[in-house]
Amino acid sequence: MAIDAAHVTKRFGDFVALDDVSVDIPTGALTALLGPSGGGKSTLLRIIAGLEQADSGTITIEGEEATRLSPQRRNVGFVFQHYAAFKHMTVYRNVAFGLEIRKVPKDKIRRRVTELLELVHLDAMAHRYPAQLSGGQRQRMALARALAVEPKVLLLDEPFGALDAQVRKELRTWLRRLHDEVHVTTVFVTHDQEEAMEVADSIVVLANGRVEQSGRPDELYERPANDFVMSFLGPVTTLGGELVRPHDLEVLVQPAPDTVPATVLRVVRLGFEVRVEVLLDGVETWAQVTRTTAARLGLQSGSTVYVRPERVSADSDSLVASA
Amino acid sequence: MPELSSAAPKVAASTVSKVALRSVALTYLFFLLVLPLLLICWRTFDHGLTPVWTALSSASALHAFKVTVIVAVLAVALNTVFGVGVAILLVRHDFPGKRVLNAFIDLPLAVSPVVVGLALVLVYGNTTALGGWFSDHGFPIIFSIPGMVLATVFVSLPLIVRAVAPVLAEVGVEQEQAAWTLGASPWAAFRRITLPAIRWALAYGMVLALARSLGEYGAVAVVSGRLVDQTQTLTLFVEERYQNFDQAAAYAASFALAFLAVVILLLIKFLRPKDSA
Repeated sequence: MAIDAAHVTKRFGDFVALDDVSVDIPTGALTALLGPSGGGKSTLLRIIAGLEQADSGTITIEGEEATRLSPQRRNVGFVFQHYAAFKHMTVYRNVAFGLEIRKVPKDKIRRRVTELLELVHLDAMAHRYPAQLSGGQRQRMALARALAVEPKVLLLDEPFGALDAQVRKELRTWLRRLHDEVHVTTVFVTHDQEEAMEVADSIVVLANGRVEQSGRPDELYERPANDFVMSFLGPVTTLGGELVRPHDLEVLVQPAPDTVPATVLRVVRLGFEVRVEVLLDGVETWAQVTRTTAARLGLQSGSTVYVRPERVSADSDSLVASA
Repeated sequence: MPELSSAAPKVAASTVSKVALRSVALTYLFFLLVLPLLLICWRTFDHGLTPVWTALSSASALHAFKVTVIVAVLAVALNTVFGVGVAILLVRHDFPGKRVLNAFIDLPLAVSPVVVGLALVLVYGNTTALGGWFSDHGFPIIFSIPGMVLATVFVSLPLIVRAVAPVLAEVGVEQEQAAWTLGASPWAAFRRITLPAIRWALAYGMVLALARSLGEYGAVAVVSGRLVDQTQTLTLFVEERYQNFDQAAAYAASFALAFLAVVILLLIKFLRPKDSA
């Protein structure tokens, strides 16, 4: 394990940010700490970096006990949500900073910084100041700066949180590709489940200072440990009092085994998807079907349909969350 | 066009009131500030440049100038170290008594400089325990330069703290933390990241403190003992010459002080926009 956080507890006054949290981060993987705001994910990341001290528990980085180590000696790269760019330095000097501190020879610094600026596509911007860059460019600079010192682990705190939706999507894909090139153990904090699912090799869901579940993205999606994880990772609806994914509901016009009758309230067309809102046993719920299915069934408000959970794949036999 | 006809008198009224306000403000400032300063210039150069030059190049005037510069530079240096330190303490740290410290910083603005001078004499006077000890060890404080520096430090204490603290708060801690994770020691992070970030605010505060220190009269008058050619600063020189009916020297030295102040004022104006950028 690259990072082993064991029984970490952290309080801010009366607020318990982390409550006996244990997390193992595998070497070389891209791991997401996912959860709602105030769930403790940023606090955990800052404790791993040494920017915060845990009240109790231990942090081990690459087999080395780091709990009491200062941030200077942990050899971690940290990227902040708001870039923390050194405003009075050029892009080049920003990236060179860690190497200059380590008194690396000048020509070696030049080679390394040039290489990194190419990697993050900022080679043309080397002599600009951070104020002259866009948000996405600043964050790529911050990433190159963190990578310059060849950290054992790279920690990213909501790295795309301050960017607009378009740039965010681009950077996400780019981060994934960068990680495939660089292979440094990376942990990033996000509250965006789509971002975590798309980018990460594994996800740790943190809420209210506890680990709700951790595992591969598809494991978490298909076999959530509880209702919280299920509803946090994707859309949910109810069937017979239990949580179901709306795209896992099969809508039929004829009764069939295991179906329940329902009345269509509204049919909402959202491009490719069609959202069918139904009244089932006096409870409003909804199913997601494709445009083709909706057309084939001829759904309209007022018509009666028969609904049942759909079998999706062989390995996910349980579709309903076991709370 | 009902809008226009109703709007026109309003515009006229507001123009009239604007002009009136402006005239009042300018007249007020003219009689309060500009006229006295103009008169000083006029009286200084009443008999041409030669008497001014003679008055300013006398041994006493030159000595007073030297003392003023020594005291002001030392006071600004001490206040720079203290000011940056306290600003960091107030902005970056939480500790019991923080609000009390914060309130104490502004105390010198509230207390009259004469009171400051008397208070210092009470603590460090040659007949007191503390002052006597320093005096016995060949380092008298009152009636000598150290006391004058202390008094000047006291009266200009808040200027650098108050210039630096808001900028420090705005810059935030993340750049420093980023520097730490990149291996920079707290001192290296301060020198290479924090100091450049606050440099214009610090320069502004230092210039303000310098202006205040050069012009200080009350506190320095009490602690210096006004010893001609020993502890006499330029402001004390002006007062002493005036009392001795040497008006030419008094006006010349006043003009020199006012001239310095204007130069410093221009320096502040020059530093200010960069600070906000």
